[in-house]
Amino acid sequence: MSSSGGMDRRGFLQGLLRSAAAAAAGGAVWGGFVATTKHAPLALRPPGALAGDAFLSTCIRCGTCVEACPYGTLSLATPGEAAAAGTPVFTPRDVPCHLCQDVPCTVACPTGALARSAVSDETGALDVDRARMGLAVLDRDHCLAAWGLRCDACYRACPLIDKAIVIEHSRNERTGRHAVLMPVVQDDHCTGCGLCERACVTEKASIRVLPRDVVQGRVGDDYVRGWDAEDEGRIDPATPVGSEQGNALDWLNDGEVDHD
Amino acid sequence: MTSLAIGKYVVLRRFVQLGALVLLFGGRAFGWTILRGDLSHSQLLGVVPLSDPFATAQLLAAGGSLGADVLIGAVVVLAVYALLGGRTFCAWVCPLNLVTDLANRLRGDEDPQTPSGRSIRFWALGLSLVLSALTGVAAFEAVSPIGMLHRGLIFGMGAGWFFVAAVFLFDWAVRRNGFCGHLCPLGAFHSLVGRFGLLRVRHVHMNCTDCGLCVRVCPEHQVLELVGKASGSVLDSQCTNCGRCIDVCDDQALRFDFRRNALSIRTGGS
Repeated sequence: MSSSGGMDRRGFLQGLLRSAAAAAAGGAVWGGFVATTKHAPLALRPPGALAGDAFLSTCIRCGTCVEACPYGTLSLATPGEAAAAGTPVFTPRDVPCHLCQDVPCTVACPTGALARSAVSDETGALDVDRARMGLAVLDRDHCLAAWGLRCDACYRACPLIDKAIVIEHSRNERTGRHAVLMPVVQDDHCTGCGLCERACVTEKASIRVLPRDVVQGRVGDDYVRGWDAEDEGRIDPATPVGSEQGNALDWLNDGEVDHD
Repeated sequence: MTSLAIGKYVVLRRFVQLGALVLLFGGRAFGWTILRGDLSHSQLLGVVPLSDPFATAQLLAAGGSLGADVLIGAVVVLAVYALLGGRTFCAWVCPLNLVTDLANRLRGDEDPQTPSGRSIRFWALGLSLVLSALTGVAAFEAVSPIGMLHRGLIFGMGAGWFFVAAVFLFDWAVRRNGFCGHLCPLGAFHSLVGRFGLLRVRHVHMNCTDCGLCVRVCPEHQVLELVGKASGSVLDSQCTNCGRCIDVCDDQALRFDFRRNALSIRTGGS
C-alpha cells in the first residue's frame, strides 16, 4: 500500500514536471510571438502617447481614443498591420491629426497610455502643440520646391506655420536668376501631426512623418555646445577619468601629464 | 438526440451576446453613448467604466502604471462576475462562444469524453501573466482570438479572421470544445473569479429520469457529476451557466437557482 502511495506521488510529480515542460515549450513560442508584436518602429501613435514600451504595457486596446477622434484619424491596428494588434495608430497621408485644442483622444484614454501631462503646459492646461507624435522629414530629391518650383503646400498646411515649417530662401543655381523657397522642418516645434504629408502634391508624399526615435540621432556625452550656457551645464565640474582627486585643472598641473 | 427546439436560455444568451456587440458597434459607428469601447474596456452610459479584469491584470504584470478608470472598471466587472458565479462571461458575453458553439453544433452529438487536458488553461493563465511580465506586453491580449473577434467586429477585422478561423477549425476538426474547454486562459480566469458566485444550476434528483441528455449537451460535462445521484447546486466553477442542460431537460430536473452549499448535495433529498 505504502509503495503504491510512493508510486502515485512519483507519477504525480512526473506528470507535473511534464506539464511544466510542455507549458514552457508553449510559452517559448507564445512569448516569441508576443515579442515580435512589440517591434513596430514605424507606428505613429496618437498625441500624448507614452514612449514605446511604456505605451504597450499600458494600452488596454479599447479604442476609446479612436471613438473620441472627430476626424477619423485614428484606427486600431488590425492583426497583420505593422503595429501590435488593437493599439491605436494613424496614417497621415490618409487622415492626418488635426491637433484638436481639447485633445479628445488623450483626455478620453482610461489607462493613461495617452498621457494628459504630455500635452499640457506647466500649469496643467491642455496644449496640443506639445504633442510629439513624430517628426516630418523632407525628401529634397523629390520636393518640388527644391526643384525651384513655387510649391509651399506643406508650409501652408502646417498648423504651426513659421514655427514647425519655415521657408528658407536661396539662389537657384540651375537658372542663375531665380530663388529657391525651401520648406525646412524645425525639429523642436514639429508635432508630427502629418498635415504637411497629407498636403504634399507629389504622387507619393515627399515630406513624411516618421517616429522621432527613428529619425533623430543622439549626441551623447562626448560633445557639448560650448556656446550654449544651458548645454554647458551638462558638464559637471570635470573629474578626470581614473582619478578621484580634485578638479581637472589640478590634474593638469600636478605633473601627471607629460608636458613634453 | 439533441432536441431541435430552440431553448429559452440559448435565445437569451444570444440576445445578451449580440446585444453587447451591437451596442459597442453602434457606439463606434453611430456615436451611441450606451456602451462605448470594446470588451477590453468600455464606458456604460458614459459614466460607469467596465474593464476586462484579466487584461488589466496582464497590464499590471507587464509593468503598466494604469489610470483609475481602468482599475475601477476592472473591480466593477470582477464584482459582477464574482456575484453571478461560474464562467458566466464565457457563455453569455464572449463573442467567440458564437464561433465555438457553431463548431460544436456542426460536430454533432458525441458521447462525453473522459476529461483530459482540461488543466492546460490554468497553465495558460499562469503563462499569460509570466509572459506579460517578461515581455512588457499583455501577452494573452496580443494573441487572443476573443480580442481579435470583438475588436475586429467593432473596429475592423484585418487578418483577425485567421485567429478566429483557427479556433473554429480546432474545435470542429480536432477537439470538441477544444479552445474554450481546454486552452483559454480567460475562461480559466473566470472560473476562479466565479468560484463562489450565487447563480448556479440546481438539480432536483427526484424529477431526474437519468436520460443523460444534460450531460451529453454540456460543454463541461464533468461539472454535472451530481446529476442522477443527488439534489443540489452545480458547484464546479467551470460551469458556464449556459443553461443548455436546463433547455434540454424534459423532466424539470434542472433550473437556475441560488447556490446551495456542498452539504446539501450529500444530504439533499432524493
